[in-house]
Amino acid sequence: MANVVRHRFFWPLLMLVVLLASNLIFTPDFFAVDVRQGHLYGSLVDIVRFGAPLILVSLGMTLVIATGGIDLSVGSVVAICGALACLRISELGDQNSVVGVLMAVGLALGLALLLGAWNGLLVAQVGIQPIIATLILMVAGRGLAQLITDGQIITVNSSPYKLIGGGYWLTVPFSILVALLVFGLALLLTRRTALGLLIESVGGNAEASRLAGIHARRIIFTGYVFAAFCAGVAGLMISSNVSSADGNNAGLWIELDAILAVVIGGTSLAGGRFSLGGTVLGALIIQTLTTTIYTIGIPPETTLLFKALVVTVVCLLQSPAFRAKVFGRRRKPPLPQPDREQPTKVEVPA
Amino acid sequence: METSGEARAILTMTGIGKRFPGVRALDEVDFRLFPGEVHALMGENGAGKSTLIKVLTGVYDVDEGDIVLDGAPVRFTGPLQAQQAGVSTVYQEVNLCANLSVAENIHIGREPRRFGAIQWGELRRRSRHLLDGLGLDVDVSAPLGSLSLAVQQMVAIARAIDISAKVLILDEPTSSLDAGEVGQLFRVMRQLKGEGMAILFVSHFLDQVYEISDRMTVLRNGRRVGEYATRELSQLDLVSAMIGKELAALEELEEQPRRSLAALERDRPVVEAAGLGRNGAVAPFSLTIHRGEVVGLAGLLGSGRTEVARLLFGADRADAGALKVDGEPVNMRGPRTAMARDIAFCSENRRTEGLVAELTVRENIILALQAARGWSRPLPRRRQDELVDRYVKALRIVPANPEALVGQLSGGNQQKVLLARWLITEPRLLILDEPTRGIDVGAKAEIQRLVVTLSDGGMAVLFISAELEEVLRLSHKIAVLRDRRMVDELANDDEVTAERIMAIIASGNGTAPPEAPPGPHGPDVVVLGEEA
Amino acid sequence: MTAVPGTVANGRSRVLRPQQKYLPIFATLALLVLMYSAGVLRYDGFSDTQVVLNVFVDNAFLLVVAVGMTFVILTGGIDLSVGSVVALTTMLSASLLEERGWSPYLVLPLVLLLGALLGFGMGCIIHYFEIQPFIVTLAGMFLARGLCYTISTSSITISDPFWTSIAQQRFRFGGFFISASVVVALVVVAIGIYVLGYTRLGRNTYAIGGNPQSALLMGLPVARTRIAVYTISGFCSALGGVLLSFYMLSGNSGHGLGLELDAIAAVVIGGTLLTGGSGYLVGTVLGVLVLGLIQTIITFQGDLSSWWTKIVIGVLLFVFIVLQRAVTRRQR
Repeated sequence: MANVVRHRFFWPLLMLVVLLASNLIFTPDFFAVDVRQGHLYGSLVDIVRFGAPLILVSLGMTLVIATGGIDLSVGSVVAICGALACLRISELGDQNSVVGVLMAVGLALGLALLLGAWNGLLVAQVGIQPIIATLILMVAGRGLAQLITDGQIITVNSSPYKLIGGGYWLTVPFSILVALLVFGLALLLTRRTALGLLIESVGGNAEASRLAGIHARRIIFTGYVFAAFCAGVAGLMISSNVSSADGNNAGLWIELDAILAVVIGGTSLAGGRFSLGGTVLGALIIQTLTTTIYTIGIPPETTLLFKALVVTVVCLLQSPAFRAKVFGRRRKPPLPQPDREQPTKVEVPA
Repeated sequence: METSGEARAILTMTGIGKRFPGVRALDEVDFRLFPGEVHALMGENGAGKSTLIKVLTGVYDVDEGDIVLDGAPVRFTGPLQAQQAGVSTVYQEVNLCANLSVAENIHIGREPRRFGAIQWGELRRRSRHLLDGLGLDVDVSAPLGSLSLAVQQMVAIARAIDISAKVLILDEPTSSLDAGEVGQLFRVMRQLKGEGMAILFVSHFLDQVYEISDRMTVLRNGRRVGEYATRELSQLDLVSAMIGKELAALEELEEQPRRSLAALERDRPVVEAAGLGRNGAVAPFSLTIHRGEVVGLAGLLGSGRTEVARLLFGADRADAGALKVDGEPVNMRGPRTAMARDIAFCSENRRTEGLVAELTVRENIILALQAARGWSRPLPRRRQDELVDRYVKALRIVPANPEALVGQLSGGNQQKVLLARWLITEPRLLILDEPTRGIDVGAKAEIQRLVVTLSDGGMAVLFISAELEEVLRLSHKIAVLRDRRMVDELANDDEVTAERIMAIIASGNGTAPPEAPPGPHGPDVVVLGEEA
Repeated sequence: MTAVPGTVANGRSRVLRPQQKYLPIFATLALLVLMYSAGVLRYDGFSDTQVVLNVFVDNAFLLVVAVGMTFVILTGGIDLSVGSVVALTTMLSASLLEERGWSPYLVLPLVLLLGALLGFGMGCIIHYFEIQPFIVTLAGMFLARGLCYTISTSSITISDPFWTSIAQQRFRFGGFFISASVVVALVVVAIGIYVLGYTRLGRNTYAIGGNPQSALLMGLPVARTRIAVYTISGFCSALGGVLLSFYMLSGNSGHGLGLELDAIAAVVIGGTLLTGGSGYLVGTVLGVLVLGLIQTIITFQGDLSSWWTKIVIGVLLFVFIVLQRAVTRRQR
């Protein structure tokens, strides 16, 4: 039992379950999932579906935070990519042309990579603090997005594009599949290769990592590129879902939600150890919170109050100073001493 | 203990003891400081100098013993309280604000005010007066950061004496100063001494200590070796007092038939450094390390030992000289270049430059190998476990749990993890910087034995240690450093003794006979590392 | 205890040469003059003094908020909550005045106190629990914005006679005028300059931004100063909110969205180092004027859209941050 409680997913998972369960009181059929017209329906499905963009952005944010940085510009990247894709599609002769849509999507994602590279360059090469470096794109990016849309809301009517955020594939909402795919890819890239270890090492101790021969700068750079890529996909998803691009409001505050999701998921803002699974849980908690407040009938705007509460509690619990002051100093278990009873000869296998 | 029978001591510390978990940092240490003297506190790293200063200034609590300041027993709760009572400390890294002006740095917190408003004119006037008194001509409205480090330290001293210091502690103030700046600092110290201030001086530069100090207290392993008048203690005696003799706690290494240096030198050299140097770190040096050879670096802390190692590994870039690996010239651009040539480096700072505390033992061990393979070719988990398991057993890392967090291991075991990290990369040159410092005797013996085994297997080893016994026991060849300069290189034959190396360290002269160390005020008084 | 000569172990030593101290401010001033001259040359009616005065009138609230932000950034911190606190203040004032019918003489000090209190709370958490200012003020931002919505989700128009009379107050001289808010903002700037330049609180603010460890070792009241700085920022945000409610004569939960970014941009363009320890309030005033002038030029141009403001601000931010990097030599 103690092991279960101590598992790093215990508290976030418990939180999610309690949130979901509280919905049951107000909506008895909350957990019901059924298939209508070949599409998966239900409140749970909706939570994941609407939470997909946040999950994506949070995944990228996780890796950036793990390297010891932060990316404030993801919201702007969301807006820019959505705007560019919609603009290109709206210019198509046939908006339903699959090739045209693919090219638009490719272009938007290419731009996202470029924006990520810009952030990465400022942080890893120029050496500007991450908060400040990404603040530049956060401010200017909103303007860029509006520049692309010419301040209008571009609406598109393209069924291939609609698929990304609002469509279904094999009865499952396509956005969930995309989120799952990126999650799987990220997991694969970080845990099946050595990337995860190298990222955690750089975030944990950059100088020691350099002396161990790790390309710390390259790793940090890659983190920002990945974060921007995720934000780009999220941008496509959001604009596709509503079939329009709003340079002003698309992805507004999503960077803050993403940071929150990462922190709830158990990744420390100081960098180092990260948990992609935890981040997904965190993003789901935030989305469930939003949904719950909506279904219970509390004005949806008060979500912010709950978020404030969650941020405060989670950060206080993560703060060593807080734990020391409130719970008192906990003694560490005594360090294991090497036994010196029988000094055997050292065998060196090298 | 010699008593000089002069004026009453302003500060007496008697029977000071301080424990940390598992370590006795200070044991029954006595210390006296008289008004109008410069008193040097000497000792190798880990001897307890810093701890003594921190106990005195209230950074640490005192476990045992009494501190009497000016006739009254005191026990400070922090450096601030100590400062108010007249005990001020100036550190090597100046604890002032570089962005504020000189005048502000001297007076901040005590600015002259009228109706709550700071009077800048008066502030500058007072500061100028104070600095004039120290013989310093500085623009008091210049930002502190625009001035040289020596002047910054002098400003820190000015601040300290303005708050009314009876006792001034200068903790390694000269480490980053050049010769001219040291002279400037010493002039101010002499003046303050003349005005009756008691100055506690810590420095690793023997010449400086002999130039400025009147008396010295030597610490070793947390105990006081003795208190001496500087002019009565030869440099050689001082070095012996500081380094001491390793007690026979270590079982002797089985004397194996070791290959002679001559035989080794017929083998091909792994690394050849010719005139390699870096301004401000170490003067150009030449060093050749052959296959299977253990080269020891001897010298006091701060003599440039670590800097030599960092240049060979590419942790810092050399700005002079050339480096050859396997006879081919190498442009050492960084650690990766060194690693590609099979050079490995265990830093002396395990925590800041070695291990990643929040990663596990396994992850820390495979880190360098993985970095060399690149991110896309992960070491298969089975291979990881195999390697880690083998080295955890071979080096007897405790706890023998590869998934334990490295940050929770004891110092000796952390050192072994760091060693294991580099051993699995199968280096041809292994640079070990203070691998046995701060670890227990058992682990120490194991690491020493390991070095012998490795070199017998053909690995070249650069072994850096402050303990001469250890260097002597392990090395085929010993290079001696003093004041950031390689002063001698000698084959470790039967003729070489700890005494002889101490003499070289003390005199800075490889050919000088040990019986005649130069006097404290000899001609070669100020030899400083800054000028290469 | 590693002694490596040549590497200054000075934690965060940054070195500004004396003549470089004012360089960022001169750069901003030059930019401002350039922008203004360009405007005068290009657009009819731009040379009218009232154009400049209107920049002040339109940005008085931003100026006040930016003053508070300058204090925070000088200590090396950041305050993301300012926009939300501005909104909360407009909302609370409007609600208390119009829906509860409270006296404006009670409402005014109350909302100011509330802003200061919010800042005080955040400062305490930041200092005592050692949590990054970024996160704490982010929570504060959510909290304040959320409180807005609990008051009302729609806009509340203010018709209180005291409020409207101040809103309509014009100080005329020559043929020109400024609003009461401008006077308030300038007074705040003047007080700010005095506090930063001539009081211990101000100097301690710079010291903490320069090197917090040293400040502590020099015996400066770090805790008190750091908390005071966030309290000042909270108060300034609330005052900025009051000025905005004069300007808009309404309370709205959507007021001040993204204002924190404008305030930070103004401070940075004004030459204050985001890492703390260096900068002047005069620079912040110039920074606000630069932002205001950009908007004015875009309005005069007519065919340029408002989003160009953001792009230009972003570019300026980039230029000034790179300039900061060039001027400060940070040693690792």
